[in-house]
Amino acid sequence: MRFNALKILTEGLTGNKGWGPHWRDPDPKPAYDIVIIGGGGHGLATAFYLAQQHGLTNVAVLEKGYLGGGNMGRNTTIVRANYYLPGNSEFYSHSLKLWERMESDLNYNVMHSQRGLINLFHSDGQRDAAVRRGNAMINQGDDAILLGRDELRKMLPYLDHDTGRFPIHGGLYHPRGGTARHDAVAWGFARGASDRGIDLIQNCEVTGIDVEGGRVTGVQTSRGQIRARKVAIVTAGRSGQVAAMAGLRLPIESHILQAFVTEGLKPVIDNVVTFGMGHFYISQSDKGGLVFGGDLDFYPSYAQRGNLPTVEHVMEAGMTLMPMLSRAKVLRSWGGIMDMTPDGSPIIDKAPIDGLYLDCGWCYGGFKAVPGSGFALAHLLATDRPHDSATGFRLDRFTTGRGLMDEEGTGAQHNLH
Amino acid sequence: MRLTCPHCGTRDLREFTYGGAALERPTGDWGPAWDAYVHLRENPAGASFEWWQHDVCATWLKVDRDTRTHVISQVTEARA
Repeated sequence: MRFNALKILTEGLTGNKGWGPHWRDPDPKPAYDIVIIGGGGHGLATAFYLAQQHGLTNVAVLEKGYLGGGNMGRNTTIVRANYYLPGNSEFYSHSLKLWERMESDLNYNVMHSQRGLINLFHSDGQRDAAVRRGNAMINQGDDAILLGRDELRKMLPYLDHDTGRFPIHGGLYHPRGGTARHDAVAWGFARGASDRGIDLIQNCEVTGIDVEGGRVTGVQTSRGQIRARKVAIVTAGRSGQVAAMAGLRLPIESHILQAFVTEGLKPVIDNVVTFGMGHFYISQSDKGGLVFGGDLDFYPSYAQRGNLPTVEHVMEAGMTLMPMLSRAKVLRSWGGIMDMTPDGSPIIDKAPIDGLYLDCGWCYGGFKAVPGSGFALAHLLATDRPHDSATGFRLDRFTTGRGLMDEEGTGAQHNLH
Repeated sequence: MRLTCPHCGTRDLREFTYGGAALERPTGDWGPAWDAYVHLRENPAGASFEWWQHDVCATWLKVDRDTRTHVISQVTEARA
């Protein structure tokens, strides 16, 4: 289904009764060339780019619930390319370029808003780290501007600039960073994939992965067996369970990350802002709600809800940085299941079983990676070679120790990234 | 979530730190067993055996916890 101004006007005047579904709702065929397990952002983007870039359309996306109903529907919608380490840097740079052309690629309004992202720093040491990171971003061809104390005060006057405890020395400004409408991204990729002939099959839970003689032959699902030459596991926090169906153990521990949104307010926070002395990041949605989050709860969880100590910590960090938040009422909070790896960086690679592919380990940075990840996994599925932007996301880097990408240098512990 | 320390009784989550999956530490030089110990995880959705430390009395604990519900069924001293 397509939108145009005349149709919107006509539908608006006639009770909006003429709108149809955005994508087909087919029954699964007995066999496909490629089966993608997981109809979230990454899975749908992979499907779209398989069709758009490689002309492969004998493909199914299997989703146990509804499309975009996992972490894609429960994130803080931040899009950025401010990574430091080689491997990550070129990938997120490529992903941001795909974001910038996504709306024309998909002919879909994903409300991508490059409102700028500012990482605050609060000490000389943090300033040095920000300069280093900014230089790495510029070397990658992206944008970074170092803001001093006075420039920052002019730009973000609502911060508590005069606090003695966590003085704000400045910020690293990434003008191309911003936010997007998360659901629309899933819907846009879904429509684009479906229009090109890819089957998106909802309410279809994978219950087993068939392996014969070291080669994948298909999957067992709640809607019957589906044969496939290639199977990709793109299931974020559930990657461990799905991989276990093929007898694999992954370097992943699933943790809970909470996020929050307030009642709708008049425009007050123009950018995405992150605190440097506590884990806190905030932006304002187009509806006016302040969307913010903080740290993991730090223990493994599949509950999709967290505990109150983390809530308190996030609120305290927010209040410390922006005392004006005290009057805003939190409408709701939620939790997502984060697939945490030992170095905090993702995996896009072949599994040790022929025909099985992994796209997982996005920790809590998966949203901005949606187009980059889909593009790279589509390339890997189509050509059996990693895409140039994603050569670092190897599964074996943990075993060999070569090519680890630990941006924060916190060591091989899953919950510390 | 509240945990029951064998020494101090039932205390708030804030007093405890998660210390990883309760795996058996391998012996010998680096090899597949060490790789699995450091990196690979069962990552269960359900009963999970974990190390936690009670920061107040510094005791390391072995905790049997359900990752779907956060219900804690057993806490014992790690060295026991």
